[in-house]
Amino acid sequence: MVRIRLCEESLVKPILEGEIRCPCHLYTGEEAIATGVCAALSERDYIFGTHRSHGHYLAKGGGMRELIAEIYGKEKGCSRGRGGSMHITDPERGILGAAPIVAGTISLAVGSALASKIRKENRVAVSFFGDGAVGEGVLYESLNFAALRKLPIIFVCENNLYSTHMPIRDCRPESNIFKIGKPFCILSYRVDGNDVLRVYEVSRKAVDLCRKGQGPVFIECMTYRLRGHVGPDDNIQGTHTDIRPPEEVSKWRKRDPVKKFESFLIKNSILEKEDLEKISQEAKKEVEDALAFAKKSPYPKEGELARYVFKD
Amino acid sequence: MMESDESVFLIGQGVKSPWYVGNTTRGLLEKFGSERVIDTPVSENAITGVAVGAAIAGMRPIIVHPRMDFMLYAFDPIINEAANWHYMCGGRSHVPVVIWGIINRGGEQAAQHSQALQAMFAHVPGLKVVMPSNPHDAKGLLISAVYDDNPVIYIDDRWLYNFEEKVPEDIYFTPIGKGKIVKEGKDVTIVATSYMTIEAMKATQKLSKEGIEVELIDLRSLKPIDKDLIFESVKKTGRLIIADAAWKTCGISAEIAALVVENVFEYLKAPIKRVTLPDIPAPASRVLERVYYPNESDIMQAVREVIENAL
Repeated sequence: MVRIRLCEESLVKPILEGEIRCPCHLYTGEEAIATGVCAALSERDYIFGTHRSHGHYLAKGGGMRELIAEIYGKEKGCSRGRGGSMHITDPERGILGAAPIVAGTISLAVGSALASKIRKENRVAVSFFGDGAVGEGVLYESLNFAALRKLPIIFVCENNLYSTHMPIRDCRPESNIFKIGKPFCILSYRVDGNDVLRVYEVSRKAVDLCRKGQGPVFIECMTYRLRGHVGPDDNIQGTHTDIRPPEEVSKWRKRDPVKKFESFLIKNSILEKEDLEKISQEAKKEVEDALAFAKKSPYPKEGELARYVFKD
Repeated sequence: MMESDESVFLIGQGVKSPWYVGNTTRGLLEKFGSERVIDTPVSENAITGVAVGAAIAGMRPIIVHPRMDFMLYAFDPIINEAANWHYMCGGRSHVPVVIWGIINRGGEQAAQHSQALQAMFAHVPGLKVVMPSNPHDAKGLLISAVYDDNPVIYIDDRWLYNFEEKVPEDIYFTPIGKGKIVKEGKDVTIVATSYMTIEAMKATQKLSKEGIEVELIDLRSLKPIDKDLIFESVKKTGRLIIADAAWKTCGISAEIAALVVENVFEYLKAPIKRVTLPDIPAPASRVLERVYYPNESDIMQAVREVIENAL
């Protein structure tokens, strides 16, 4: 979680200074979900993500150097500078891909679960999506088909209460998203998405069920993004485009998942303050190294614009 | 293919019903079971996405849309996801999926049971598009499509399903990107797609009796397109008719005309003519259908016009 937090926060300054131009949908505030879910997965399990997938990528084992280089549009980025922040991937670590078409990767994730089932490989697939995606019809088609074929897939809805600027109550009459699993006979849970242990616990259960052939599972994780929908702040240049009430934002800041877990560890004497300092320092070093790597890396060659349209 | 390669599977509506796919999949379900011959509920968007995702995860799926019209529900997984995927990921993963659309029209089925959408897909970078016109190529192109590591839109036409031909029993590949000269000639080139190849063949035989020798090209592959074959033929004959049973505006016929003008303009002896559907939705009433769908007479008429109308 610390690695994700420090990585995302390190992008703020370059974005504000125009050094990073690619739109970045920062994961700050939602770290517990990616961390908790991916901790329950093995490297060979599959994940598919969204426009806000830096956290998923790092939690699943993707390289931070390759992530930041990709955001900088460099050839050594994980997608060779062709995809940017919204199309990050590391197939060897099961990070099959991410895409910003809302709900666009959900059916793809179901397909990867189907592939695993046909090959009898016992892999689990996870589809990450937000509360906004719950407006898309393809989600329901995917839930239906996954349930019909009992596929090993976990649908993880990161409910941060806003679909860009639309509060959830303006998007649907029923705010309890986890209930959408019921009509499809899918086992559904809702958890505090800022409590990494709870997320981990329910994910372990879900993974276990999927491996036993009792999937799919639906998990709604309640959370809040502490940065803008895109970029560091929705209120750019004196605008007031972040319509979220300031009291609400500060309420959720007090529930910061990283701080929450840190106090849990201290309170229960699992770690000392020095240990947390050490972890933070290591993560800081990794982030600095990754940023330096990205900045020094070469850009793709202009003459290679047409490369990768087809696989030969 | 399903026998020798376990990564190949078939998914889509009606795969177990001849009502949807004719006799194409007869016996497959019994042989390979419902794990690899998957009949689905009516969810074109998600099911196509499932095929795309399975391909990203290493399978070689064939997703069938018994009517091409319904493929429009699946534009997101086909275009936003599959077509772009290899490029967006810097080549880190690829999508070896075959998206099989059946043009299923006539019989007063009207506008939403009739559409031929090849041009829409040919427009998109990252997709390959093939249209066989005979049983031999239907098998060979499907095999090539399945073993191509890129998303291939495989389009056949229900009007071709009555044609029978003996084809080799073993696996063979008809190359994607290569058209075929069905008949050589010196007076005029006809480039035809899918069902129009049959109509063009009839026209060709009749025109021969009038002393006009047609060089007939069955295009087979719309993307990548066999430019060299077309250019060589136009250099020889100087006259070009394009016969494609899809709407005229922005159809594949327009693309071929542009390519010819760009590359072998000096060889043209007459304007290029296109024999296509008019820019009209398909009507139901049989009287209207008769004038709607182009046939051998329209092709013969176009040929006569370019022969008489020298530049």
